[in-house]
Amino acid sequence: MGDCCMTADSTLNRREFLTRCTRAGLSVAAAATLGIGFYDGKGPDGVSDAGPAVQIPDFSMAAMQGKICIARGTDRAAAVRQAFAALGGMSAFVKPGERVLLKVNAAFAAPPSLGATSHPDLVAAVVRLCLDAGASRVTVTDNPINDPASAFALTGIEAAARQAGADVVLPRESLFKRYSVDGGRLIRDWPVLYAPLARVDRIIGMAPVKDHHRSGASMTLKNWYGLLGGRRNIFHQDVHTLIQELAMMIRPTVVVLDGIQSMMTNGPTGGSLSDLKPTGTLIVSTDPVAADAVGAALLGRAAADLPFIAKAQNIGAGTADYRSLDLQEIQA
Amino acid sequence: MKIITARRNSQIFFFLLFLWFCIVSTLGEQWWQLRGWPVGWLIQLDPLVGLGTLLATGSLYAGLLWGLVTVILTILLGRFFCGWLCPFGTLHQAVGWIANRGRMASTMIAANRYHRGQRIKYAILLFLLGASAGDLLGRLLKASIASPPLLAAIVAGALLLGAGVAWLQNKSGKRWASGVVLIAIAWTALSLLTDGSRLLAASLQTGLLDPIPLFYRSVNLTLLPLVDGRLVPLSPASRVYPGVLAIGVIFWAAVLLNLRIPRFYCRFVCPLGALFGLLGKNALWRVGQKADGCTACGACDRYCEGGCEPSSVIRTPECVMCMNCLAHCRHDVMGYHRSPSAAGEVAVPDITKRAFMVTLASGVAAVPLARLAGMTGDAWNPAVVRPPGALPEAAFLQRCIKCGQCMRICPTNVIHPAGIQAGLEGIWTPMLNFRMGTSGCQQGCIACGNLCPTAAIRPISLDERLGKGDFTSRGPIRIGTAFVDRGRCLPWAMDRPCIVCQENCPVSPKAIFTREAYQPVRLGGALVLQSMAGNQLLFEGPALPSERFATGDYFVTIGGHGMLPARIVEIGPGGITLDNPLVETAAAGDPLTLLVRLQLPYVDPAQCIGCGICEHECPVKGRRAIRVSAENETRQRRHRLLL
Repeated sequence: MGDCCMTADSTLNRREFLTRCTRAGLSVAAAATLGIGFYDGKGPDGVSDAGPAVQIPDFSMAAMQGKICIARGTDRAAAVRQAFAALGGMSAFVKPGERVLLKVNAAFAAPPSLGATSHPDLVAAVVRLCLDAGASRVTVTDNPINDPASAFALTGIEAAARQAGADVVLPRESLFKRYSVDGGRLIRDWPVLYAPLARVDRIIGMAPVKDHHRSGASMTLKNWYGLLGGRRNIFHQDVHTLIQELAMMIRPTVVVLDGIQSMMTNGPTGGSLSDLKPTGTLIVSTDPVAADAVGAALLGRAAADLPFIAKAQNIGAGTADYRSLDLQEIQA
Repeated sequence: MKIITARRNSQIFFFLLFLWFCIVSTLGEQWWQLRGWPVGWLIQLDPLVGLGTLLATGSLYAGLLWGLVTVILTILLGRFFCGWLCPFGTLHQAVGWIANRGRMASTMIAANRYHRGQRIKYAILLFLLGASAGDLLGRLLKASIASPPLLAAIVAGALLLGAGVAWLQNKSGKRWASGVVLIAIAWTALSLLTDGSRLLAASLQTGLLDPIPLFYRSVNLTLLPLVDGRLVPLSPASRVYPGVLAIGVIFWAAVLLNLRIPRFYCRFVCPLGALFGLLGKNALWRVGQKADGCTACGACDRYCEGGCEPSSVIRTPECVMCMNCLAHCRHDVMGYHRSPSAAGEVAVPDITKRAFMVTLASGVAAVPLARLAGMTGDAWNPAVVRPPGALPEAAFLQRCIKCGQCMRICPTNVIHPAGIQAGLEGIWTPMLNFRMGTSGCQQGCIACGNLCPTAAIRPISLDERLGKGDFTSRGPIRIGTAFVDRGRCLPWAMDRPCIVCQENCPVSPKAIFTREAYQPVRLGGALVLQSMAGNQLLFEGPALPSERFATGDYFVTIGGHGMLPARIVEIGPGGITLDNPLVETAAAGDPLTLLVRLQLPYVDPAQCIGCGICEHECPVKGRRAIRVSAENETRQRRHRLLL
């Protein structure tokens, strides 16, 4: 088709053809860019992508190391107030403006009277102590075994904590991050309830003294199990090493072990008042191993009967010989 | 050479190539077996496989880049693949030609008229692409949530777009665009309000109807097993695939529909054809009429394969470029040229913008709905044991196109198409059926992953499979764990010696080990000692047939002395002969106990790789007494059984 015989119609056709050429050219370029840009010659490698690893800071305070107070009494709120007072007051642990996390034991959807979970009176008392010391925010959390909402509601922990002025964080999938304990063997690339940990300056561990059929006893060290997510119960195959790694994972600011009543049998769920025994003791300690050693005695067990205590001591989480520490015994 | 001769030659070549690739997808060392033949090439050329996996995974795996060649040629030339290359299309064309020979011209013109139903294939394509795109959108969303500046940019962009569209709408009167922007904004807002974790998910389902995987699947699973026999010995043992009936029915339905309308599948169903129809919108050359000379004789419509109405306003997205209209036009009116048909053409597929958006969005929305069943999470089905190298389930479902190549190549015929065991999404995906085939999943075999065109089953090395060399620290790939069903096991439940499972366990040290136990044999009455001389015992009581109890597995003890059982060597008129004289003294009248020595099988889950050879060999042939399920499979950490 020469220029000489070009009609209006063929000009139109040529123009349309050029438009098509442009569009086709752009399409080819786009397809080639996408195809080559996303080309993956190797394929997936079969190692699950773990996502970015997170670190958990050390929440312990050098100046407060090795302090323990054993308070005898029957009133949890009074006992914990006086025990903290004996250790220099909550203000020694929590500075004004700091954010505090209380890791309670809310494992089961059971009423507080059965002693399977942290007592709401005690949770409320500790929340108030923190707020009185000037904490800017107190958060209460746990990843319960039973349904989280039911557990926090039925244990009375949620209501008590909120009333005392704390936030309650229930576990959600998005709050977990994959984490590996440095030098650990079991907690590798494992989901940990990380979001509440990431937003705080201090951690206070709170646990009741309970019989536990697999590990021997459930106290402040075993309590960190509740920060793990995923199918964590496979760790029961090596529970003592797991507790050792939990002790490596969390270096708490201070722990509160509630032995005002202890669950002597049928633990860790209990279920009957006859499983409980008044043991009239509450321990506040910056050394969780020492606290658990005191608790073991309340259950009528020796620290040596609980392999996780020696294991936690071996990795430097504390000492079972609580009398070697700065020990105060008070009557509340 | 006439153009339709060239087209026919091309079709025959690719059809034979396809059949050849199917046949040589056989593991062996013969020249006609898998000796480096590029058996996945036709699948790789299929750009719907590449596009689907690209949307689902954000990557284009290795050979799937071949699809780009097809895409580029289609953009420039139109649907050449359908008319010149696609082996499934060739089959339809051939069947349609045979079936409709001798039918009246008017009948064929009517059958080949464009039908509104032909737009269904676009809906199918968009739905399937939508279903595969969820993860891509999810990644964008996650990125936007993770980075506030990016989110701000997206919101600003959406507002800008909205303003632009409002302006455009005023100018052109096109109203759909504002709807798109509204959906985008609503969706972003929704994702911010939720966790973003379950709102979107990707599932690659294109393979259900994509003609190349469909044809491979049909031939691999329903045709080759039929001819595979003495005359055409493709496999050492005949192939069996439980549950392939639906695959065969769909295949034959697609073939037989040609009797009614030629190339029915291509015109109404084929999502690949629909993709080509969309891509070829701006093809530089297209089939059409010249300005003068058409007598409206209808010859072109009579032989039209695509149902695109070349005699009038041609619908180029439907044209499969069979070129029959060129060959059959007696007036030389039809041609393949740069200018549009003189009689007019419709260059865009017959699908409204509204239908486009609705089907695409339905696809995106359907997968999260399917995922509510939880089968990729807590409700996973342990009966679904995937081949070694299979990706974690969600990633697997983003890649598997159900082509059946793994099932075809599997030398032991242990890989089978799933029914709904893996959920609706997992239909026809590979799972292992240890009851079938010749012998479990062979430890030294990595064939399936090396044939998989999309790496849904990764191409692993033997070292990786066995956990050797560079992979020593990871250990072997486990696809499941064997569990002994003590209620069905011969030694455990029926006091019969067996342990075929232990014998056949291929790992070293064996994952199946035994513990010895002596069980008293159930007899019709009590055995009482009459006399004892050396290793000979005379007894009273029920007869003990020699062929049953002198097998070496039976023993006796006397009384309650706690003596070690002594093995029975022979039972005859002289009583029981033992392999060693009894040391203990016994008196006539002492009770005699007949014992069977059993080796009770146990599984060590730390050693078991889930190969299922034990399950295959178990002599309890119905429901096996040892069975493999996907517990402890390495591909999914969540299924771990041991620390």
